[in-house]
Amino acid sequence: MGATRRSSRISEDLIEWAIRLCGWSAIFFVFSILFFVFREAAPAFTSGLSLREFFTSVNWRPDSTIKKQFGIVALLAGTVSVTVLSMAIAVPSGLGAAIFVSEYCSGKVREALKIVIELLAAIPSVVWGFIGAVVMNPIITDITGAPVGINVLNGGLILALMSVPIIMSVGEDAFRAVPDTYREAAVALGASRWQIVYKVLLPAAKSGLLAAVLLGVGRAVGETMAVLMATGHAVAIPHSVLDPARTLTATIAAELGETVEGGLHYRVLFAIGCLLMLITLAVNLTADLVVKGIRGREHL
Amino acid sequence: MAASISERDERSPAVFATGPVERRKAFVDRLVQVALAVIVLLVVLPLVAILAHLLIKAWPALTWSFLVKNPTNYMTAGGVWSALVGTIYLVLFSLAIATPIGVLAGIYLHEYAGDNWATRIVNLAVMSLAGVPSIVHALFGVGAFVLFAHMGRSVLAASCTLAVMTLPVLITSTREALSAVPRTFREACWNMGASRWQTIRTIVLPNSISGILTGIILQVSRTAGETAPILFTGAVVFVAIPDTGLRSFFPYGIWDRCMALSYHLFILKTQVSGVPESFEYGTAVVLFGLVLSVNLISIALRVYLRSRKKW
Repeated sequence: MGATRRSSRISEDLIEWAIRLCGWSAIFFVFSILFFVFREAAPAFTSGLSLREFFTSVNWRPDSTIKKQFGIVALLAGTVSVTVLSMAIAVPSGLGAAIFVSEYCSGKVREALKIVIELLAAIPSVVWGFIGAVVMNPIITDITGAPVGINVLNGGLILALMSVPIIMSVGEDAFRAVPDTYREAAVALGASRWQIVYKVLLPAAKSGLLAAVLLGVGRAVGETMAVLMATGHAVAIPHSVLDPARTLTATIAAELGETVEGGLHYRVLFAIGCLLMLITLAVNLTADLVVKGIRGREHL
Repeated sequence: MAASISERDERSPAVFATGPVERRKAFVDRLVQVALAVIVLLVVLPLVAILAHLLIKAWPALTWSFLVKNPTNYMTAGGVWSALVGTIYLVLFSLAIATPIGVLAGIYLHEYAGDNWATRIVNLAVMSLAGVPSIVHALFGVGAFVLFAHMGRSVLAASCTLAVMTLPVLITSTREALSAVPRTFREACWNMGASRWQTIRTIVLPNSISGILTGIILQVSRTAGETAPILFTGAVVFVAIPDTGLRSFFPYGIWDRCMALSYHLFILKTQVSGVPESFEYGTAVVLFGLVLSVNLISIALRVYLRSRKKW
């Protein structure tokens, strides 16, 4: 009796420690991602690449035999232009859809819409890239007369469709976090549904909505396969939405396979990975700080 | 006096009639509702149109033999079997690695962690991990698993990379599933003298296992669709595997590189020339068909479970 009780106590201690370790594993993984990506990238800056060139040069010529250059300005411009365009489309439509689903629909229609949006979120990014390359490409060349349909506009549209679900679901959570008493008070004052949304819900949910937008931005900046296949391969600052461009993520995906392990080009691509990691960490942590208000309320 | 009463009588219906302000209010409300409905349609319709387009274009290729035959003739003929098996391998291995860690971490966050700064940091880490771009996961996989752990480019390295990527979502979905179990259940169990782990094992887990399973199934579909994390950690353009027999079901060892459906689609579209159009579309349809059907199973399970909830 005593022995079995002691052994069960020991096994329980073991399990509880396993649970604790797994619980803390997320912290471990975040730091090990930072560590391992930085570890592969760091030698680049001690062996020839200047930070100044990295951040200010427009020239990305990793394969040049005369003078190799690793400036990421054009790649940054590609990422920024595709992200801005996709957010210009996805933020209004995502938040609009969130308002519609949470305030204007009820019952079966709401459930059905949420399932459709969930399925939209489930389509793999490589399939989105394929859609961009084979479906959107001819449509864009037909409508705009551009020589190639694989450009910033294509990538922006695809990314917008990919970001709408996340913006919508986080936005809907933000609206749902507003207590019903606010709505009841507004109805009692004679407000119409739109007046409730505009005057009461938007101000009350604004931090949650901002978080939704930031999460959408984080997703758009980090997306790889879709932009690789839909935005083109031209490493140049795009001057219009019909110019092809190349993003930071797509550059890594397209070039890492051809580099020599441990070479300068290889290390610079890891440095871009570090930069991407820091950008998305900053965006996500900001989103979390912004949303903290809502979270606090939910815990009560 | 009498005049003023009759005056009020004349005016009283007008007090309750809709004036210009109310009419404008109702009009704007209606307008906004229509506008929002149009926005939702603009989001949903492209999905339906695109999926229909893919299906129609893929139709000629979609036969049973397309699924169960290996690609032949420089991937311009045959089917997608070896890629499909590779995807199944990656999904199973990565979930086998991620599920125990993710579920235990979810249990920690919901059942053990107090409301303090340490928990807040763990939550922040889970959120940050969820936001890491997939291509950075790929770089991490190369740095940590392929090179540092000497796994080389292999099924194992790719599965580990995918597992790290899956982890935060598994943690979150487990936590949600656990929070659906009412606190009174736990309190009743504690009052019987059960320890914390006994309560979790005998009361909390049995009552939330279906919710946890739903979360895991959802991860199957996400993992199957990922491309970027396996690009440099284990995916390969082509492997010749046996067409028939038992070996065709177990073609890859954990130290081998493998094909994967998502990578196969990428390669067909960008690297190989002379692929019949219907083959590209067919591969895309098989991939998203797999993903969508797994998703629908998970949604159906969720709806079913909600309908028979006991509390």
